[in-house]
Amino acid sequence: MTGEPLHTTHDCASCPQATMAHLQKLGVETRGFDFVVALAGNPNTGKSTVFNALTGLKQHTGNWPGKTVTRAEGAFVFKDKKFKIIDLPGTYSLLSTSKDEEVARNFLLFGRPDVTVIVADATRLERNLNLALQILEITDRAVLCVNLMDEARRHGIRVDLRALARRLGVPVVGTSARYLQGIPELLEAIYDVATGKVRCKPHRIQSLPPHIEKAVRTLSQKIEQQFPGLPNSRWIAFRLLEGETGIIEALKNQMSG
Amino acid sequence: MNREDDLVKLARQLRWQLGENFHDKLVEGIYADAHQIVRDAVQRQESGATPLDIKIDRIVTSKRFGFPIMFALLALVLWLTVVGANYPSAWLHELLIGKLYPLLHAAAGRLHLSPGLAGMLIDGMYLSTAWVISVMLPPMAIFFPLFTLLEDLGYLPRVAFNLDRVFRGVGAHGKQALTMTMGFGCNAAGVIATRIIDSPRERLIAIITNNFSLCNGRWPLQILLATIFIGALVPAQWSGLAAMAAVVGIAMLGIAFMFLSSWLLSRTALRGEVSSFHLELPPYRPPRIWKTIYTSLMDRTLIVLWRAIIFAAPAGILIWVVSNIQIHGVPLAARITDALDPIGWWMGLNGIILLAYIIAIPANELVIPAILMLTVLIHHHTAGVTLFEPGQTTQVATLLRQNGWTLLTAVNLMLFSLLHNPCSTTIYTIYKETGSVKWTAMAVLLPLLLGILITVLIAFFWRL
Repeated sequence: MTGEPLHTTHDCASCPQATMAHLQKLGVETRGFDFVVALAGNPNTGKSTVFNALTGLKQHTGNWPGKTVTRAEGAFVFKDKKFKIIDLPGTYSLLSTSKDEEVARNFLLFGRPDVTVIVADATRLERNLNLALQILEITDRAVLCVNLMDEARRHGIRVDLRALARRLGVPVVGTSARYLQGIPELLEAIYDVATGKVRCKPHRIQSLPPHIEKAVRTLSQKIEQQFPGLPNSRWIAFRLLEGETGIIEALKNQMSG
Repeated sequence: MNREDDLVKLARQLRWQLGENFHDKLVEGIYADAHQIVRDAVQRQESGATPLDIKIDRIVTSKRFGFPIMFALLALVLWLTVVGANYPSAWLHELLIGKLYPLLHAAAGRLHLSPGLAGMLIDGMYLSTAWVISVMLPPMAIFFPLFTLLEDLGYLPRVAFNLDRVFRGVGAHGKQALTMTMGFGCNAAGVIATRIIDSPRERLIAIITNNFSLCNGRWPLQILLATIFIGALVPAQWSGLAAMAAVVGIAMLGIAFMFLSSWLLSRTALRGEVSSFHLELPPYRPPRIWKTIYTSLMDRTLIVLWRAIIFAAPAGILIWVVSNIQIHGVPLAARITDALDPIGWWMGLNGIILLAYIIAIPANELVIPAILMLTVLIHHHTAGVTLFEPGQTTQVATLLRQNGWTLLTAVNLMLFSLLHNPCSTTIYTIYKETGSVKWTAMAVLLPLLLGILITVLIAFFWRL
């Protein structure tokens, strides 16, 4: 694709082949990137498969939860931007304190990725959304990748991606990463969110009892007063109300660093 | 700073007002939101029939069939490996050692290389590398893809499910079944995988006992010895089966030792409660067979082979050098192996095997090449002369028998290969993961002492 896109009509430019032609897989060459992308999600939803599809790396994949215990890094160029992508270990919840989930928890909160791709299993969407909703409390730049769409179809499950996107306030892409289906659309979504072309209005947890909601608001307002520009004051408030006072220390380090 | 204190104070105040159950309410809120969203966005066609996944799981995790199916699959994988590796191994041996090796010597002669340099490069570096390739490549190229297919299919969590009861019985964590199966590929990887175990006590048990999983550096040795010595005990048409049974037996023995030592540890140095956990049984996914075979060949097989070659080339030079430095007319290597011979005799092994194990501390893959080279260089010390007649594929067997190897040597070497210290990479990984010299030493010494004890006992009773 060295020539200029002279006669590209809209249909042609947005077809998957044209999109994939803009992708350059860079493997582990991660220097001088424009954006950091984090891949997060429940265990065994295909994060490493998505990672491999984007970077051309061959991170070992396997059909069992807990296969990735350390984070893997890779890179790709899409259109005019270079992305560094981090494959985080699977995690069920960000509210837990378990050791294998610590890597993912800390990176999402303090690593401040430019885009967080939440990889979810289409056949277990409700359980997977629990984590997605927590991540949307932390970051306002996310893409939901509903993976394993082929399996969902086989099991007679139909996912309305538009309805999901409307409710969650972030771009939602359906993929079958093993067969590279939906990867072009995922790339577009990542690019749009990273460059600010698409602005997210992430869902915030609503079903809280009024007195708790009030306490959270009081506390998060106070946090925002003291740390202006913080995107996840509500999450910090949740953690403080759970008694995690250590988070203030970490927050201070992050603000000064 | 003051402002943080204000926040903490406010948070404490609010916590006081909210009472104890904030966490539960928050989680409930998240669940309620997720439920609502999914209700709007996901449609399910309930078919009424039990899904196939669940039907299969009822069989492969059942009390009656769970264990037999596990053994059968392991036996099948190993049988395919043993039988399938035979021919390519013979071809590679023929090509690299039968054909290429004399050619290299001829070329060295034409180039007027000094005998010392030619010996070091060809008899040392080249020969050890050629052996590693011909002995290791074929079994790995069959074993890894088969194992990866099982992994992609989703069978490993079922193994963990089946073994959970046993692990709990010995005071260890059920997820240790997963780290154990990872160890069958590589113990260093198995040790890193123990991070999925939350409780520090159970994680230490899993780390210390991971070495009882035969790793890929040791499978080829097991397969080779079983083929040569155990397979030869029965009529030719049964030899593949007998060899496979012997290797499965060793692997099972390793698992038995893992349970035994886990039990001992959880009763002594690492006492404590068994923690409960949830394990997700993922759906069965039809593996993409060609892709799996390709990536497991490219990733695992070639990377492991490359690692072996990197260690084998310098080790080959080292072995050649110690075999050729003469002290009062006797090669240094012969002096060392002579000194080790009495200890070796007690263990039903010999000095060469023990020296090979010392040389092979960086990588278990080196044991077989080191044994063969030392045997050749010490006992047939005729520098510059071609040591191998082309066209003979059973040379290894003949060579070993000529040098006094018996069934006892083979059996005890197979056992010692299962029960000895982890390779240096694994030792370093254990140290990094535990951060403790004490537990690292424990992980090194426990299998080593056990191996010495068992081989000495077997040798003693064998000779009665």
